[in-house]
Amino acid sequence: MSGPLTSTFTLLYGARGWSALAAAGCVLFVAFPMLNLLAPADSVLQLSAYWVTLIGKIMCYAIVAVAMDLIWGYCGILSLGHGLFFALGGYGMGMYLMRQIGRDGQYRAELPDFMVFLDWKELPWHWWNSDSFAWALLLAVAVPGLLAYVFGYFAFRSRIKGVYFSIITQALTFAAMLLFFRNETGFGGNNGFTDFKRILGFPITTPQTRMVLFTLTGAVLIATLLLGRYLVTSKFGRVLAAIRDAEQRVMFCGYNTLHYKLFIWTLSAVLCGIAGALYVTQVGIINPGEMSPANSIEIAIWVAVGGRGTLAGAIAGAGVVNGAKSFFTQVFPEYWLYVLGMMFILVTLFMPQGIVGLLNKSRSGK
Amino acid sequence: MKFTILVLLSALIVCATPHAVALDRAAVEKLALGDGEERLEAIAALITEGDARAVEVLDALASGDLQVAGKRVLIVKGGSAVDAVTGEKLAALPAEREDVVANNRLRNAAQGAVATLQLVSPDRAQRFAAAKALSASADASALPLVKKALEKEGDTDIRALLAQIAATLELKAGDAKTRLSAVRTLGTSGGGNAKPLLLSVLEDETDPDVKLEAKHSLKQIDKRLAWGQRAGLLFAGVSLGSILLLAALGLAITYGLMGVINMAHGELIMIGAYATFVVQNLFKAHMPSVFDWYLLCAVPVAFAVAALVGMVLERTVIRWLYGRPLETLLATWGISLVLIQAVRTIFGAQNVQVENPAFMSGGIEIMSGVVLPWSRIVIVSFAGAVLAGVWLLLTRTRLGLFIRGVTQNRGMASCVGVPTARVDTLAFGLGSGIAGLAGCALSQIGNVGPDLGQSYIVDSFMVVVLGGVGQLAGTVYAALGLGFANKLLESWAGAVLAKIAVLVFIIVFIQKRPQGMFALKGRSVET
Repeated sequence: MSGPLTSTFTLLYGARGWSALAAAGCVLFVAFPMLNLLAPADSVLQLSAYWVTLIGKIMCYAIVAVAMDLIWGYCGILSLGHGLFFALGGYGMGMYLMRQIGRDGQYRAELPDFMVFLDWKELPWHWWNSDSFAWALLLAVAVPGLLAYVFGYFAFRSRIKGVYFSIITQALTFAAMLLFFRNETGFGGNNGFTDFKRILGFPITTPQTRMVLFTLTGAVLIATLLLGRYLVTSKFGRVLAAIRDAEQRVMFCGYNTLHYKLFIWTLSAVLCGIAGALYVTQVGIINPGEMSPANSIEIAIWVAVGGRGTLAGAIAGAGVVNGAKSFFTQVFPEYWLYVLGMMFILVTLFMPQGIVGLLNKSRSGK
Repeated sequence: MKFTILVLLSALIVCATPHAVALDRAAVEKLALGDGEERLEAIAALITEGDARAVEVLDALASGDLQVAGKRVLIVKGGSAVDAVTGEKLAALPAEREDVVANNRLRNAAQGAVATLQLVSPDRAQRFAAAKALSASADASALPLVKKALEKEGDTDIRALLAQIAATLELKAGDAKTRLSAVRTLGTSGGGNAKPLLLSVLEDETDPDVKLEAKHSLKQIDKRLAWGQRAGLLFAGVSLGSILLLAALGLAITYGLMGVINMAHGELIMIGAYATFVVQNLFKAHMPSVFDWYLLCAVPVAFAVAALVGMVLERTVIRWLYGRPLETLLATWGISLVLIQAVRTIFGAQNVQVENPAFMSGGIEIMSGVVLPWSRIVIVSFAGAVLAGVWLLLTRTRLGLFIRGVTQNRGMASCVGVPTARVDTLAFGLGSGIAGLAGCALSQIGNVGPDLGQSYIVDSFMVVVLGGVGQLAGTVYAALGLGFANKLLESWAGAVLAKIAVLVFIIVFIQKRPQGMFALKGRSVET
C-alpha cells in the first residue's frame, strides 16, 4: 500500500539522510523553542533572542542558497540577481507589516510614516489591498515569480547564457536597486521599511512570535530541501543536469530546453521571494541595499563554499559563510572583506566541490 | 548723481589720451580731503587726466585703499604705500594715517568712472572687462558714452556687448522708434539675461509694434539658448561617453580574448586613480615647482601599476580557471573585495584629494551660458589618444596580431605557433593598464576612494555587452551611444530614471542581438 510513497522516500534520502533530517527537525522544533522559551533567563542553556534572530536569518539565507543551487548547481545558470527576488519577497511582506503598524507610527497617521513625511495623501496604487495578509503572501510569491518568468522567457528564448546571463541579471538587480532608492517609487526610498509592530495582530518582537516565525522558517527550509531533492532526483532533474553539461545535445535529442530552464528559474525566484518574506518578519528591516549586486554575488559564494549540485551543501555553505560573517563583522570588522574575498578565490581555485566535496574525498580516502 | 556721472563721462570722451606723468595734485587732495560736492568735482577732474594713474586712484577710492598721511594722499595695498599723485613708492609706511571714507554715492561714482575710463582703454581685455561690468549695472546716464565708445570700437565681441548695453538702456528711455530698434538689437544679439527684460517689455509696453517685435525677439533668444543647451548636452554626452570608453576598453579586450569577465576591473581603475594620487603627493613633497606637470608622470605610472597587478592576477588566479568562465567571475569578484580592503588598509576608508593641475581648471565659454571645463576637454582628448594607441597596437604590432588571432580562434592560433599563454598574460596586462589610465583620468573629475571602481563596473559591463567583443568599433559606438543616451534621458527624466531606462534598453537590446552590435562572425556552434 505504501509502495510508491516508500520508493519516493528512499529515493530522496537514504536512512542516514532521513535520520540527519529528523535530528535537525528535533533541534529546530523542540530543542530551540524549549531553550529559548522555557529555560530561565540566567541559565547557560538559555538561547537568547539574538541567537534566535541570527539562526532564523541564516535559515532564510539557506533557503535562498538552495534556490540558487537548483539553478546554478543543477542547471549551470549563474544568476547574479537572486538578491532582487529575495528583496521583492521582503518588500511584499514589508508592505503588509507597514500597514499593521497602523496609527502607532511616529506621526500617528493611518498612512505609513514615510508617506506622511513625503506629504502623500493616500496610498499609491501598488499598495492596494496591502492590509491583507493573504495578499502579502501572494505578492511575496507572485511578484518575484512573475518578474523571473518574464525576464527568463526573453533571456532564455534568445539563448543568452553563461557570463552574459550573469551580467544581465546583475544589471537587472542594479536597475531595481536604483529604482527602489527613489522616494517616488513608494517603497520608503533609502530607509526602506522598518519599525514593524505587529503581524496578524500579534506583537512582532515578543519571544513567542519570534519562535513561531523561527520554527516556520525551519519548516520552510526543510520543505524546500525536500522539494529540491525531489526535483533533482526526478527525470526532470536529470534533464536539468544534462542541460548544464551539454545543452546543444539535449536540444538535438528533442527537448525544448527553454521550458526546463524557465521552470527551474521561476521556481528558484519564488523560493527566494518566500525566504525574503520570512526574513523581513524576523530581521525587521528591508531596504534597497538588499538589491545591491554585491549581495547577489555573495549568494553564489554560499553555494560554492558548500558545494554546487548538493542541496545540503548549499545549506551548509550559507551557514558557514554567514556564521563567519557575523563573527568577523563583530570581532574583526576590517578583516571580513579579506576573508570573504579569499573565500571566493580559494574555493573556486582549490575546492570546486566545496565542503561536501572535501567530506566525500576524506570519506572515500579512509 | 546721474548728471554728475554724465558730466564725468562726457569729460572723458572729450579728452584724448594725454600722458600726464603726475596727476593734478589739487584734484587728488580735494578727492581725499574735500566735502561731498567737491569730491565729485574732483572725480570729474581726474577723469580728464584719463590715464592709468587716475584709474588706480579711483579704484583705490572705491575699494577703500586710499589713505591720508598729513597732506599726502597714499594708496595703501598689502602693507606698502604709493603716493597717489606722483606714483612713487614710499620706503616706509607713515605711522599716522587715516582712511579716506567714501559713501556709497561716491564709491559708485568712482566705480562708474573706472569702468567707463577702461571702456576706451587701449588694452582689449580691459575694455572687455569694463563692458562686462557695465552690462551688469549700467544706468541710463552712461548711454551717450556707451554709444560713443560703440562708434570707436573695432573688436566685434566688445561691439556686440556694447550694442546690447545700449539697447538695454534705450529700452527704458527713448521714444517708440528707439525702443523698437532696441528690442530688435536685443533679439539678434541678446543672451539669457535679456529675456526678463523683454518679458517686462511685453507687459508694460503700450506701442503694439514694439510689443510684436519683442515677442519675435524673445523667440529668437529662446532659439539661441536652445542651441546652447543642445551644444552643452552634446558635450556632456561625449564627455561621459569617453569616460565609459576608457573604463570599458580594457574590459572589452580581456573579455574578447579570454571570454572571462573580470569583476576586478573596476578595482584596477581604482588602483590607477590611487597611483595618480601617490605620484601627486611625491611631486608635492619633492618637486613643487613642476607640480602642474605631475600628470605627465602619473599617466605611465598608473598604466604600469595597474598592468602589473593585472598580470599578477592572470598568472596566479585567472589562468587556473580556464574554461570555467563563471568561476572566473566569482574569483575575480573575490579579488576585487581583497583589493578594496587592501586600499582601505593602506590609504584609509575616506576619499583622498587629487588636485587638478592649474591648466585643467577653468574652461572655455563657447556661447553665453555654455562653459566647457578644461578638465573634461582634456579627458575627451585623452580618451581619443588612448583609443588611437590601442588601435595602433592591435593593428600595427606583432602582439596586436597575436591578440586578434587568439581572439578569433584560440585553437588555430595555437596550432600555428602563437604562444597563447604569453599573449593572454600580456593582453590581460594591457587591458588592466588601460583600466589604470581610466583611473588616472577619473581622478581628475571625481572623488577617489576605495569604492571608486564599484560605481563604474556595471556601466563598463553594459558597454561591453552592448558593443560586442573583438572589435574596437563596437566598444567605441556603445560607449558614446550610452553616454549620449544617458545624458539625453537625464535632461528629460532625471539621473536615476535615465540610468534605469538605459539598463532596461540594454536588456531588451540583448534579446535581438545577443552578441552585441559588432560581433565577429564566427563559425562555432557554441559560443
